[in-house]
Amino acid sequence: MDVLLFAAAAVRISVPYALAAMGASLSERGGVVCIALEGLMLNGALAYTLGAHATQNPWIGVLCALLAGLATAWLHAEATVRFRADQITTGLGINLLAAGLTRFVLVRVFHSSSNSPRVPGLPEWRIPGVADLPGVGELLSSPLVLITLALVVLVHGLLFRTVFGLRLRSIGERPEAAATLGISVARYRFAGVLLCGLMAGLAGAYLSSEQHSFTDGMTGGRGYIALAAMIVGKWNPVGAAAACLLFGAAEALQIKLQGSAFPSELLQALPYVITMLALAGFIGRAVAPRAVGTPYDPES
Amino acid sequence: MSTPHVTLRGITRRFGALVANDRVTLELPPGEIHALVGENGAGKSTLMKVLFGLLQPDEGEIVVDGRNVRFADPQAAMRHGLGMVHQHFMLVDTLTVAENVTLGRETQARFGLLAPGDAEREVAALAERHRLPVDPKARISQLSVGAQQRVEILKALYRGARVLILDEPTAVLTPQEVDELFAVLRALVAEGVSIVLITHKLAEVKALASRVTVLRGGKVAGSAMVADTSIERMAELMVGHVPAPLTERSHRAPGAPLLEVQGLEVRDARHLPAVRDVSFAVRSGEIVGIAGVEGNGQHELIECLAGLCPPARGAVRIAGVAVSGHSAREHRAAGLAHIPSDRLHRGLVPDMSLAENLVLGLQRRPDIGTGPWLGGHTLEDASRARLQEYDVRPPDPRAFAGRLSGGNQQKLIAARELTQGAKAILAAHPTRGVDLGAIDFIHRRLLAERDAGRAVLLVSSELSEILALSDRILVLYEGRIVHETTPAATDERTLGLHMTGRASHTDAPLPPRNGTPHASGGLA
Ligand SMILES: Nc1ncnc2c1ncn2[C@@H]1O[C@H](COP(=O)(O)OP(=O)(O)OP(=O)(O)O)[C@@H](O)[C@H]1O
Ligand SMILES: [Mg+2]
Repeated sequence: MDVLLFAAAAVRISVPYALAAMGASLSERGGVVCIALEGLMLNGALAYTLGAHATQNPWIGVLCALLAGLATAWLHAEATVRFRADQITTGLGINLLAAGLTRFVLVRVFHSSSNSPRVPGLPEWRIPGVADLPGVGELLSSPLVLITLALVVLVHGLLFRTVFGLRLRSIGERPEAAATLGISVARYRFAGVLLCGLMAGLAGAYLSSEQHSFTDGMTGGRGYIALAAMIVGKWNPVGAAAACLLFGAAEALQIKLQGSAFPSELLQALPYVITMLALAGFIGRAVAPRAVGTPYDPES
Repeated sequence: MSTPHVTLRGITRRFGALVANDRVTLELPPGEIHALVGENGAGKSTLMKVLFGLLQPDEGEIVVDGRNVRFADPQAAMRHGLGMVHQHFMLVDTLTVAENVTLGRETQARFGLLAPGDAEREVAALAERHRLPVDPKARISQLSVGAQQRVEILKALYRGARVLILDEPTAVLTPQEVDELFAVLRALVAEGVSIVLITHKLAEVKALASRVTVLRGGKVAGSAMVADTSIERMAELMVGHVPAPLTERSHRAPGAPLLEVQGLEVRDARHLPAVRDVSFAVRSGEIVGIAGVEGNGQHELIECLAGLCPPARGAVRIAGVAVSGHSAREHRAAGLAHIPSDRLHRGLVPDMSLAENLVLGLQRRPDIGTGPWLGGHTLEDASRARLQEYDVRPPDPRAFAGRLSGGNQQKLIAARELTQGAKAILAAHPTRGVDLGAIDFIHRRLLAERDAGRAVLLVSSELSEILALSDRILVLYEGRIVHETTPAATDERTLGLHMTGRASHTDAPLPPRNGTPHASGGLA
């Protein structure tokens, strides 16, 4: 039973990572680096809180989070795809912007520099038979957990089984080849980045909903860990989600070991260690899409 | 769809002050092969990019079946039945053949889902019909250059191309692959497809084309039916004079060995032995040619000798210094120059200026830089002379290397590698994609280097080049040296037999395929 509870905790922790990491895989497969995950999530988390606070309806909160993620991602896409700005610099700029903006709104709306008042979280979806399962019943009643599980399958299918996915991948590898075949590089890159924004926004909503509030800087570097998971997962949605589960398990273990003699900081470092091993080629070879990070200029 | 009659009329295209195409007119009746020849930078690729909608003309018109058209993008050109195989392939390496061929016009099931099975069947049928053997399921990265080219042709045919533009398709092919390609092109013409063939090899024009247009400095220097002209006449139109045959080479006894290879074994990317137990020496004042069908270890041999990958076994000495396993810089320090076969990836930094590219790898020399500083203005002045000497066009030290035409990039690399006073020179396909005049020039330079007492190792898929330049010839087959000879004692046919392991006295196994190997004539 303890094992099941632990597994449930690991999944619960890994949900926001997985949403963001899968989103990033769509953006990067299309050739746009998404180091802006942190900012996308943070804006999503705040938007959820605002929406849920104003209407007392958590689903309105989710809608707000999706829109916030979309708007922030649109900014990233506009800068990197249309104006061909450097993708890393733009992403970092968005992270800084989100950090400042959320703090500003927090103070202005909630008159606190640290956290919002309590807002409603998402209600359970009790599926008969499933909800009463020992250990995992509660987990599998969480709507966003269920949605994330479905998204693992859907996003993977989108990337590898659809015309959209094939074109997106071709643009991340060899945009000029796709362009000569009449595929609009800008349109598909926009689509990849915007989908990433939606998913990262949802990840933010999950954080606020679980915590029933927004706290300043509440993403706490999760965006970067999600990006690392995407790399470990070799830019594949399923791989990324699996890496997130691993990172989630490490975090769950670290929480469990807190206060014990074992130095839990070591576990905290685990995601980064695994990522470096993956990049160094110890866990299979992690090869980025060839054109990722390079703005596409049809003139050259 | 019937083949359209395409006419380019008075096309002018400028890049800033440079006029790449100057009132060019070109006629493409259905079912003809039209060869487009000219020096590097003459404007051949530019003209074809205009025809394919990749570039917009500044003046002039494109007429298809009597109607004026404007191709805003390649799709518009494709709708009119045009297809293009680019000088640098436009393929997505990580996707399969079928995915690449159908990209943009995917076979679909419902809801935008892919139907990979249908795509593979369709591509297989198309490949079968046009005798372009290729596995639809294979990934592009696993294919040979020749197979990748077949995929490019399939891509065009899949989109219903009836006018096929091929930009230097034979530059990267082995002689066998050239023969296969020509058979395919002839079959397409028999079906009524018309073809524009850009090439530097006039023998190919003679063998294949029915009409030829010569460009010089962006203008049409002449156009004729191939049957009515000769290789000499075409060469004269291209460069403005008849290139003199290579000067009688001085005979001098070679001196001390400057490049020594002993028991060398090199593994390829998959860790399989690609070069097996190879030993030879190149002496001062000697050109040794390595002949072989591409993929028989010459690539790995050169990479290893250049210090780009360590040998699994064996020793390499440059001017007496043992360098095996050392870095590329130490190889160069010992006196090695290297003209790499892959000029875009290995030879140049496209985003750097010509002047900067000319000092790549030499930044530690006192005349080029002191400590961390480069020479600045002196650097540009020094490079201007070398750019002119090697006829790199435009000879502007500040131009970006990536903007040069293919042949001019090659000349730029030659200018860097042949002017640094090396003792031993590795020249891998030094004239690939280079025009007649430049081939002649690079050949003379290599011979001059030899006469100046350097050791030159030449790898080339052009047997005519090997025969014209080498003092000794080594034949590489399946990673081993299976034959050693001299140009006087052999010919293209005999070399071809050794290269395919079919000569009687080799103990290599017989390959299953037969048919006589044939070398494409470079400088007929
Ligand atoms: N995008 C560009 N910007 C500026 N100059 C260009 C560009 N593309 C080509 N040029 C110049 O236009 C001229 C014609 O180039 P082009 O590529 O058509 O030559 P080419 O005949 O195909 O030569 P090669 O045989 O070497 O391939 C060259 O001087 C080249 O430097
Ligand atoms: Mg060209």
